[in-house]
Amino acid sequence: MLLTWFQRGDDGMVVKTLTGNKAVAHAVKAARVKVVAAYPITPQTTIVETLADMIEHGEMNAKMIRVESEHSALAATLGAAAAGARSFTATSSHGLLLMHEVVWWTAGARIPVVMSVVTRAIGPPWNIHVDHNDIWDQRDSGWIISIAENNQEVFDLTLQAFRISEDPRVYLPMIVGLDGFILSHTVAPVDIPDQEKIDQWLPPRRQPYVITPESGVVMGNLAADEDYYMMRYSIQTAMVEAKKVISEVDDEYGEVFGRKYGGLVECFHCDGSKYNIVIAGSWSGDAKEAVLKLRDEGYSVGVLRVRYFRPWPDEEIRRLLSTSKGVLFIDRSISFGGKGHLLTEAMTNLAESTNLPAVRGVIAGLGGVDVGADEFYELTKSFIDEVEENGPFYDPLYWHIPQVYRGKYPERLPGYGKFSYERR
Amino acid sequence: MPVKLRDFPRTHFNMPGNAACPGCPETMGLRYVKMALGDKAVLVIPAGCSSVIQGISPKSGINFPILNIVFAAAASAAAGMKAGFEMLGRDDVQVVVWAGDGGTADIGLQAMSGAAERGDDIIYICVDNEAYMNTGIQRSGATPYGAWTTTTWTGKKEHKKNVPFIMIAHDVPYVATASVGYPQDFIEKLRKAATVKGFKYIHLHAPCPVGWRFDPGLTPEIAQLAVKTGMWPLFEYHNGKLKISSFSRLYRVKEKRVPLKEYLKLQGRFRHLKDSDVKILEEYIDRLWAWLDLLEKAPNPSGTARDLLGK
Ligand SMILES: Cc1ncc(C[n+]2csc(CCOP(=O)(O)OP(=O)(O)O)c2C)c(N)n1
Ligand code: SF4
Repeated sequence: MLLTWFQRGDDGMVVKTLTGNKAVAHAVKAARVKVVAAYPITPQTTIVETLADMIEHGEMNAKMIRVESEHSALAATLGAAAAGARSFTATSSHGLLLMHEVVWWTAGARIPVVMSVVTRAIGPPWNIHVDHNDIWDQRDSGWIISIAENNQEVFDLTLQAFRISEDPRVYLPMIVGLDGFILSHTVAPVDIPDQEKIDQWLPPRRQPYVITPESGVVMGNLAADEDYYMMRYSIQTAMVEAKKVISEVDDEYGEVFGRKYGGLVECFHCDGSKYNIVIAGSWSGDAKEAVLKLRDEGYSVGVLRVRYFRPWPDEEIRRLLSTSKGVLFIDRSISFGGKGHLLTEAMTNLAESTNLPAVRGVIAGLGGVDVGADEFYELTKSFIDEVEENGPFYDPLYWHIPQVYRGKYPERLPGYGKFSYERR
Repeated sequence: MPVKLRDFPRTHFNMPGNAACPGCPETMGLRYVKMALGDKAVLVIPAGCSSVIQGISPKSGINFPILNIVFAAAASAAAGMKAGFEMLGRDDVQVVVWAGDGGTADIGLQAMSGAAERGDDIIYICVDNEAYMNTGIQRSGATPYGAWTTTTWTGKKEHKKNVPFIMIAHDVPYVATASVGYPQDFIEKLRKAATVKGFKYIHLHAPCPVGWRFDPGLTPEIAQLAVKTGMWPLFEYHNGKLKISSFSRLYRVKEKRVPLKEYLKLQGRFRHLKDSDVKILEEYIDRLWAWLDLLEKAPNPSGTARDLLGK
């Protein structure tokens, strides 16, 4: 038995208590995936294990390729998909880095496949805990990249990923991110819709071409530089189209299954709030808790949760943040020598605004360092108080030192510096 | 049944736009693959000369459906394709890897080993021109001792990696060596491989005029000399039994072999070899045949280990 308990809802919907990884496996099964190729790595491993179990025990009609590496895992997934089969893989951290070459190849081939990325720190030193440097490392590759907040969203996004990536306006592979351990290994109730309803909602597989003996299709031989350039351009246009498709799918899914998340971003009291936190992944829940407390205390503050890192939610950020007085970015990743990823991306949108808000970029939680709601409360409150007291500033690299190190280091680690400026 | 030249289909296999050098053994080999497998095959090609030989998209200079793939992942991509076809009820498709010696003996060895161990139902052809030709003649694990390459200017110091033996050790149902100098033999082996279920490995010797420094008109002759000198024995390993192929049988006997120098002297890559180097290569040949002899004589009545699993 794969789960601790389950009960049947009113309309055939089953509510199960699942870990994030099992939620993934159930969504993959519900999408009637035909080929799975994956390789174990903590914290992704229980996805491969569960799918192998489902396939071996006839619960799922698919073929499992027990590959010898992640590089092969994605190559096999791509091969199966090029032959016309809906296919899936999953990995984390070092596995994702090992397959990076094939990540690019798959997007360039414009073959839809779905991959779970269970986020995890990259070594050395070895560390198996949550961190976003692995998933954001795929940023430029041409994959649609989403990240969930909770296990229900993990299930919903995984199912939607097949719909989105196989949409003819998109035809790009898609990553669904879920945070290592915090989601992957923690149980929470997950509604699993009736299979018949899923089958009605998810169309049979569509893809731009299939390589059969009769097809005459050749994928990937040399191209003139100009053709190569235009193919790159077409990936960018597909990304722009994907924004529409993502929000359509979110709407439709809401109508059919009763859950709607807001498309590329989730706006939690963010619209019209004076201050906003920008954050992604599971700890958004803690940020929301902090925000509710601050709102009770009279602060005008909200959370803009990034659900899709690619395509990047340009319009949403511009619309929702340009009226903010201050924006606090919380990044669980760092581009060494640069800054946090969410901040770096969003600054290009804020630069478009005539009303540059005060900005602080916090680097926190690397390697799984726990940051709770109380810390989000403190970080947010002190940011707001500082802006109210001193006026706007740009402070893009603020290292949130782990509790055990506080007092041993200066309160501000030398970073980028903090610049005050007159409001534009 | 031996294949006769007159039975070969007359279709055009190499199309305009084929970008191979004159005398290219890979183009020759691809033609034989098409002759052998007809219209039921799809190719998986990792980086190498054959990625370029196809010419410029959206057209292709070889008459095959092809999934081009990254250098190290040909066997895995092919395994995935086969699984996809199986799940879609298309059991008739032959998924064929066409990879260079670099893509096989070196960077792709891990993926191939995985596919072989899993028994993925594909035909893997290593087209062995004994160096990384596409990047400009660098040594590979399959480059023979003494050969000049652009990363072994004074000659390679190590012997050729014996990939067919490595594949025999994987206990797959079918392993064979072949040569572009003996198309009938290669085609016959391909057709046999197509009837075998599981992982099939064919190692095709492919003398390259550019990398080996010989006249482009001599490709078949040099390929045949490799066999006649005993440097490249043709054999077949099927269900646990090794058999020397007919074109090589004569050269089991050392005295019948063409002197190795006849092969070496036609190739610029061996120009600098001293007599002592030639002797090292001759000893390599003797050793190779001694090993083959052992394998041929080794009683293996139970087929492959896979058969013991009832597969
Ligand atoms: C990961 C990776 N490393 C290096 C290369 C560069 N590269 C392309 S083809 C090639 C050599 C191919 O040699 P081989 O497999 O022997 O095929 P041949 O060109 O001789 O047909 C190399 C090193 C690459 N494409 N990918
Ligand atoms: S370098 Fe050799 S193998 Fe490569 S295309 Fe030219 S002749 Fe063929």
